[in-house]
Amino acid sequence: MSYMNKLINGTNFDHKGLNALQKVTLRAVVMAFLFYGLVAIEGMIMRMVEVGHVPLNPIPAQFFHPEHFFSIMTVHPIVGIFGSTYQLVFGAFTFLVPYLTKKPLYSIKLANITWMLITGGTALAWIAAFVWSYAPLYTLYWPLPADTHQFKVIGGLVFIVGIALIMLGTLTFIYNIYATIFARVGIHKNKTTKELLISGFGIDGFLNLINKLQGKQPYTKEPALALPVVAIFRGTVDTFLDALVILGAGVLVLIYLIFDASGHPLDVTAIDALLYKNFFWWGLDLVADGLVLIYVAGSWYLLATLITGQKLFMENVARAALMLELLVSWMVWSHHLLGDQGQPEMMKLISGEMVTAFELLTQGLALFITLVTLWKARPLKMTMELKYLLGGLVGFGLAVPAAIIQADMGMNRVLHNTQWIIGAHVHIALIVGLYMTLYSAVYVMWPLVTNNTKVYSHKLSNAHFWLHLIGGIGMGAFMGMAGLDGMLRRHLYVDGQFNPDMVFAAMFGTMLLAAWAIFLYNIIMSVGIKGLIGIFLPAKDQTASYGLEEEIEPADDPAFAN
Amino acid sequence: MTFTNSAELLSFHWVAYSIYSAMIISVVAWFGYNLTRKDAKSVFRIPFYWYMAFLVAGGVGHHIFTYNTIPWVSQDIDRHNIKPDAKYEFEIQNHKWIGLPKQIVIQCGQTVEFDVHSRDLVYGFGLFRQDGSLVMQMQVNPGTDVNGILDSNDILWTFNHNGVFDLTSTEYSGPKQYSEDGKDLMMVKDLVKVVGCKDNGGIQ
Repeated sequence: MSYMNKLINGTNFDHKGLNALQKVTLRAVVMAFLFYGLVAIEGMIMRMVEVGHVPLNPIPAQFFHPEHFFSIMTVHPIVGIFGSTYQLVFGAFTFLVPYLTKKPLYSIKLANITWMLITGGTALAWIAAFVWSYAPLYTLYWPLPADTHQFKVIGGLVFIVGIALIMLGTLTFIYNIYATIFARVGIHKNKTTKELLISGFGIDGFLNLINKLQGKQPYTKEPALALPVVAIFRGTVDTFLDALVILGAGVLVLIYLIFDASGHPLDVTAIDALLYKNFFWWGLDLVADGLVLIYVAGSWYLLATLITGQKLFMENVARAALMLELLVSWMVWSHHLLGDQGQPEMMKLISGEMVTAFELLTQGLALFITLVTLWKARPLKMTMELKYLLGGLVGFGLAVPAAIIQADMGMNRVLHNTQWIIGAHVHIALIVGLYMTLYSAVYVMWPLVTNNTKVYSHKLSNAHFWLHLIGGIGMGAFMGMAGLDGMLRRHLYVDGQFNPDMVFAAMFGTMLLAAWAIFLYNIIMSVGIKGLIGIFLPAKDQTASYGLEEEIEPADDPAFAN
Repeated sequence: MTFTNSAELLSFHWVAYSIYSAMIISVVAWFGYNLTRKDAKSVFRIPFYWYMAFLVAGGVGHHIFTYNTIPWVSQDIDRHNIKPDAKYEFEIQNHKWIGLPKQIVIQCGQTVEFDVHSRDLVYGFGLFRQDGSLVMQMQVNPGTDVNGILDSNDILWTFNHNGVFDLTSTEYSGPKQYSEDGKDLMMVKDLVKVVGCKDNGGIQ
């Protein structure tokens, strides 16, 4: 087959053979990886600016302008977290929940609305920063987002509408997932809502453990929900709470901007900045320390069982621990406020230090269970999915202790707001920990969602793996070292004050960008340009499930939820 | 063991975390290699409860260690009961420091209180050494109490090493903190000067 033929038609991908569930999953995944590319380019621009005005730096002068630089810094996490990560995770779970529960998805239409809202919302937020230089950063520290001396009202309005659309998309995803889990059809036909709730919260696993300790029969031998679905169920609780908080903050900013535009500005001091920080960080931290960790633990368990074909080690403990993780995630936000002298010391000690340290326990437990499950099944073939899973474990193995170290009243005094946090912790957690776990899931799900399409090149897959792993760890490490040298994370440096650290971080960042380009090329050559376009065309087969011998019930049937 | 300043702490942290990083990467690499081997045997068994105990000890022990080795932790918690040797109070508005002295000279070993108020946005207060490393920082939140008095953002710090330190805001407060060509307009060079310490720290 000629190169052009491959480029247009792919290997053996046939988009016409995909059902509605497969197509909607792939649409979200495609958008997620396009946004990932945008984020990688934005990250590289910022990194090159921090390298400074040095010879051979190819970055044009306008990027050194503070308004431009901080506009990029504002949308970088929005595009990365919501446009890319949320979409990828939501797309994967939209497929996995029906697949694992052996039921159809509640609504394909709603799943389409989800990816469109998130894509549109992310694009709007990006436009607000690009066109009007709206740059309050993702932290939205009050009253900066309503500061019309620095930002245009129109920019703020467009940005907030964009964020609101993303959150609405998040809510449609949540509704779809819970409606699917609670649907009493198929294998859950005879289950009650109470039984599904008990399983969803992991109470059955907890009761099994207690019964075992008391020498009694297990509470249930076959829990109603598979363990990965339990993780999705739990993580989605945090996703919901987080969406409410971000929406709430958005409404507040919107009210102030509208009054300002009408010529009757409101008094910004009516909102206490520290109280607002507490409210906002409580919600925002449900992403970082809630849904991400819970979803990741669930993904590790799923991947370990699929890769080994064996039962998960200590499954009841894993079920119970997910419940603990949910509770922990609601009580850790104060570690973001250890540098705020008005924050009560008790909250710093209990929420900021002690409860936060519990994450070492919950994530350490997930790591242990995953490793033992893999170990018990050896020898294993070093497949792409196993490689990526191990990469994901390394990422969190590095990033979680880095977080615990800084969540300390002594360390925080010199690490808060430095590149240590965004490099050694956040970027390693996201790029290495989370994304490598997600790449593992992509390789596991690839044959299912593409009807066994051959991946174009195994060599390119390997090149992507190594470039991503080394690039991710290297960039995070040099950012972290710059942080220890005093480099702040939300600050503009134009003279290369933190070179050579920033030069090395940029070099490793280039590897990340190259990894993404290789991955994208490999995928395009596998599905072909025709196939890529075909993913976005309506599916002829409206089946909303995968792997069932016959469709149980039409997904959008009004009787479905009864 | 006690860290007399943040530079010592950061150096220790750099070494400890680098060793840990090398270890965790090596362990997973070794683990991955052995996963593919038919004849791989467990080198050692890690009992589950010992592993959990290790994690608990690590999480809690870290805070106990820092409380006992980093002097500013207990000082920070108890700062309202400690009488400082000197107190400096100033404000920030429109990305400008108001009421800053030209230079603050501190004698070695003195405990100084900095009380900073913001009239508009969230800022930061951070002192930096000449090599760019961070001495200490805090957030500066705006706000007023019921009587309209600006909220206090106060920190106590004991200086045990000679040095000249720069001041800037450590929290992002919008692009107006910078000039068009990216210079930090809130940077105050050589604001704090500590004198009278021995070469390796401590009072002469």
